[in-house]
Amino acid sequence: MKAPISLSQRVYELLSSMRFAVSLLTLLGVASIIGTVLKQNEPYTNYIVKFGQFWFELFEMLGLLDVYHAAWFLLILLFLVVSTTLCVIRNAPLMVKEWQVYKEHATEKSLRLFGHQASLATTQPTAALQTQLSEFLSIERYRFKTRQQDNGDILIAAKLGTHQRLGYIFTHAAIVVICFGGLLDGNLPFKIQELLGWKKIETRDISSRKVPAESRLGVNNLSFRANMTLPEGEHDNVAFVRVRDGYLVQDLPFTVALKDFRIEHYATGMPKSFESDIVITDPELSKPIETTIRVNHPYTYKGIAIYQSDFQDGGSELKFKLWDLAASNQDGFDVDGVVSQKGSLGDGAQKMTVEFNEFRQFNILNLSADGKGKPHNVGPNTTLKLRNASGQAREYMSYMQPLQLDGRAYFVSGMRETVQDEFKYLRIPADAELEISGFMHLRQTLRNEQAIREIASQVAKQMPGDNAALKAQFEQSLQHLLVTFKQGGYSELSRIIESAVPKDQREQAAQTYLKLLNRAALQGYQMSRAQRQLPPAPETQETVMFIQDSLNAMNDLFFYGTPYYFQLKNYTLKQASGFQLTRSPGQNWVYSGSVMLVLGIFSMFYIKERRLWLLIKPAQQEVLLAMSSNRKNMDLDQDFARVQQQLTALLQAAA
Amino acid sequence: MSTSLLVKPTSFWQSLSKFDWVYAVLLLAGGIFSYQRYAGFMDVYEVSFLFGAVALFSYLGWRWSAIARLVLGVAVLSLVGVYSYQGDLANGSQQFLLKFLLASQSAVMWMNVLFVLAMLTYWLALFQRSAFTAKVASALTWAATLFGFVGLMVRWYESYLIAPDVGHIPISNLYEVFILFCLITSLLYLHYEKLFNTRQLGGFVLVVINAAVGFILWYTFDRHANEIQPLVPALQSYWMKIHVPANFIGYGAFSLAAMVAGAYLLVKHGVLASRLPALHVLDDLMYKAIAVGFAFFTIATILGAMWAAEAWGGYWSWDPKETWALIVWLNYAAWLHLRLMKGLRGTVLAWWALVGLLVTTFAFLGVNMFLSGLHSYGTL
Repeated sequence: MKAPISLSQRVYELLSSMRFAVSLLTLLGVASIIGTVLKQNEPYTNYIVKFGQFWFELFEMLGLLDVYHAAWFLLILLFLVVSTTLCVIRNAPLMVKEWQVYKEHATEKSLRLFGHQASLATTQPTAALQTQLSEFLSIERYRFKTRQQDNGDILIAAKLGTHQRLGYIFTHAAIVVICFGGLLDGNLPFKIQELLGWKKIETRDISSRKVPAESRLGVNNLSFRANMTLPEGEHDNVAFVRVRDGYLVQDLPFTVALKDFRIEHYATGMPKSFESDIVITDPELSKPIETTIRVNHPYTYKGIAIYQSDFQDGGSELKFKLWDLAASNQDGFDVDGVVSQKGSLGDGAQKMTVEFNEFRQFNILNLSADGKGKPHNVGPNTTLKLRNASGQAREYMSYMQPLQLDGRAYFVSGMRETVQDEFKYLRIPADAELEISGFMHLRQTLRNEQAIREIASQVAKQMPGDNAALKAQFEQSLQHLLVTFKQGGYSELSRIIESAVPKDQREQAAQTYLKLLNRAALQGYQMSRAQRQLPPAPETQETVMFIQDSLNAMNDLFFYGTPYYFQLKNYTLKQASGFQLTRSPGQNWVYSGSVMLVLGIFSMFYIKERRLWLLIKPAQQEVLLAMSSNRKNMDLDQDFARVQQQLTALLQAAA
Repeated sequence: MSTSLLVKPTSFWQSLSKFDWVYAVLLLAGGIFSYQRYAGFMDVYEVSFLFGAVALFSYLGWRWSAIARLVLGVAVLSLVGVYSYQGDLANGSQQFLLKFLLASQSAVMWMNVLFVLAMLTYWLALFQRSAFTAKVASALTWAATLFGFVGLMVRWYESYLIAPDVGHIPISNLYEVFILFCLITSLLYLHYEKLFNTRQLGGFVLVVINAAVGFILWYTFDRHANEIQPLVPALQSYWMKIHVPANFIGYGAFSLAAMVAGAYLLVKHGVLASRLPALHVLDDLMYKAIAVGFAFFTIATILGAMWAAEAWGGYWSWDPKETWALIVWLNYAAWLHLRLMKGLRGTVLAWWALVGLLVTTFAFLGVNMFLSGLHSYGTL
């Protein structure tokens, strides 16, 4: 009687079964997809803004924000390793046996049941037959064993390509080795220490020296992947490991100093190389190591590889011309700033904080209207935030040089209220000298009440005809028009039109008003140029377009959200280089596992396993041929047909 | 004497013909010439790739003489193209031969046209049951492949004409790898065409190639993606020369398997059954293609991991492209398990291979279109 199967036996059966392994593979696949769909390891605020508090908390709880390090994901991997290991343990002895044995004990009865078997007639004496068949098998590269059976028959059992069986062991052991290597490089030790309450992530923005021991990883930490940012001319001996919404400080067994960071560019303005000249100092070194690292060319010291990973601004000095858009008459004044530092403007309730966030020396943009042209470098830009007394901030991103848009030059400045928004762009037309001052002075003129009166009177004077009353009335309405525009731009103008003009005439009225506005603005522009002792602008299409663009920009300034325009005039670049420092003891395991995997896969696919039996039956003057393979593919049919044909020919010729 | 039938097979080296030797010597001479002339541009790995390629293509040419003829054809036409440039990129749009035949853009266009013609001809042959028409279709496919490779070779040279620091092997962006995809899929198909002695599947496999051709055309005319761009720093590595081709052998083989699976399902439902190969042949071809694809996809992923370790600081970062490569790998691993271990055959596996193409396509294209990550070289 069969003994009942014990529970542990059943668990073993399940874990080592292929059904379980394939289910795990599927589960792993699905889990991996989640991590590619949901952006991983973003700052937590991004998730809250995108999904809302409820979903954020749910995602966080389920570990979906960092799927690949979530406990449940590691558990799947662990099960995969266990399942594969058990599978190897279960099947390896069988495979080794299959690899070694000849199966010379096969009976005639079983051979006759093979799908590939044939009976060949022969009249040759047994000894000669045996020699000939052995020779045939040798030529075909089979290895074989001969066994005399009790009834006088002789069985030659041959095998070919049984190394294929080793492929099975190789591939499956490879998976275990690779997963083991991966586990060595994972953050499991930290996770356990965190669970035990020994370690805690740091979330405060404080100096690395002040981070307490419970949030530090020692120099002996077996494996890590940490980041370090060094401005030019500075040095440090710690790196940071980002974990969820905080970080850990990784102490390094040496100090890294950045001497110089360089970006080289292609002629198109695209970056060609990022290089950092670094100096590694260590008390154990007789003299510091000076070396250059660049992308694809890391440097390894004490088992820690230092990679060129990114770069940012390291505190560039910026010189601005600040235009106070609320002031009635000024030329703009000089303001200095340093990237990642703050400044302040105005005082009292009007006080504003300026945060100089970013400076980029190169910007590769595609400015062609249809997006089909070539991208090119449009020069530096800066990003800054203006924060008012109540803490509300708007972000401004402005280009230093005018950009060519639709064939005309504009100073472009983007504004947004939150990081999730796209920038909305203000385009200020550059004047004939490619300066912003043409616009600024025109704007001041059009906002100056005395100038408005003068513009109106001059335009009225230029009117044809002699009707003084009409001219006075025209002058009056022109003044009104300019004042309206000054107060509220196009929307104020259309409000006036809507309240004063019947519906069917509004379109025409708007056209007339716009024409007048442009005419008046041109007059204003000539006045502002005369004031600055500049010759009058030629009455060309360019000037007309400049006036049109200026009016549009004046209108858009109502939505710009600040009375300040920061025009970048000059800068002194100071860069910071971002390094990644890794120690990964699992790497060699993973690589060895990979080599095993490839060897295993190729031997599984491309070593053909064949078993062949030749049963010589002297009494019946017959040779029974049987062939099998562990893979029932078409090549087996072909091989069998070929062997059968050759042997038939051989035996007949011999006869 | 009876043993006369037991002829010892001649050894591999003895089996080589005079042509085989001439071919190999020419390849080696080309390798040495390139080494002498361009050693300054190559690091030690690239030098080993150069001579590795000499050995690889010698071997391929010996085993399959059509490859030898293809390699020689590509060499001759590419050299004529390179010579015609006379070191001046402007000749590409002025010199007659370049403008209409050999400039990379023209050669690729010829490839596109020939692939379309080849597909139509294969289908015509299938409906006519004409062996001759099918032979013409094969010849067209070979011609398309020839022009595709000439296009890539000449493009490689053109990139150096733009500026020496811009020059690079043309497998660095979506436009270029789509050409590579067409060529590799086509060569894999031609290999099976010879191995299984059937030309009936050409019409199917060329569907997927022509889908890629369609993409190339759209990408060229709508996006002007055919312009040569310099390499971003992350791509400036010898790894690209082995990682990308290995990957595309994988993609190509999986696509081919999916097309054969389509044919399998049609035959299973009695459609075109009398014109297409028998089910067990299709099944076997599908398995062989997936095996090749899986083996090379594994190599490609491992090479990618090694490259990532050098460029990004870790052999595995769970970047979307990496993750999707893993998903593709798991998918075909499961397929192979069911077939090899469980002995599963037939409709289920055919459907699976077909759906596998969707997964593969997403890993190849979808990731670039919808997900952002470190592999953002080939955005649309």
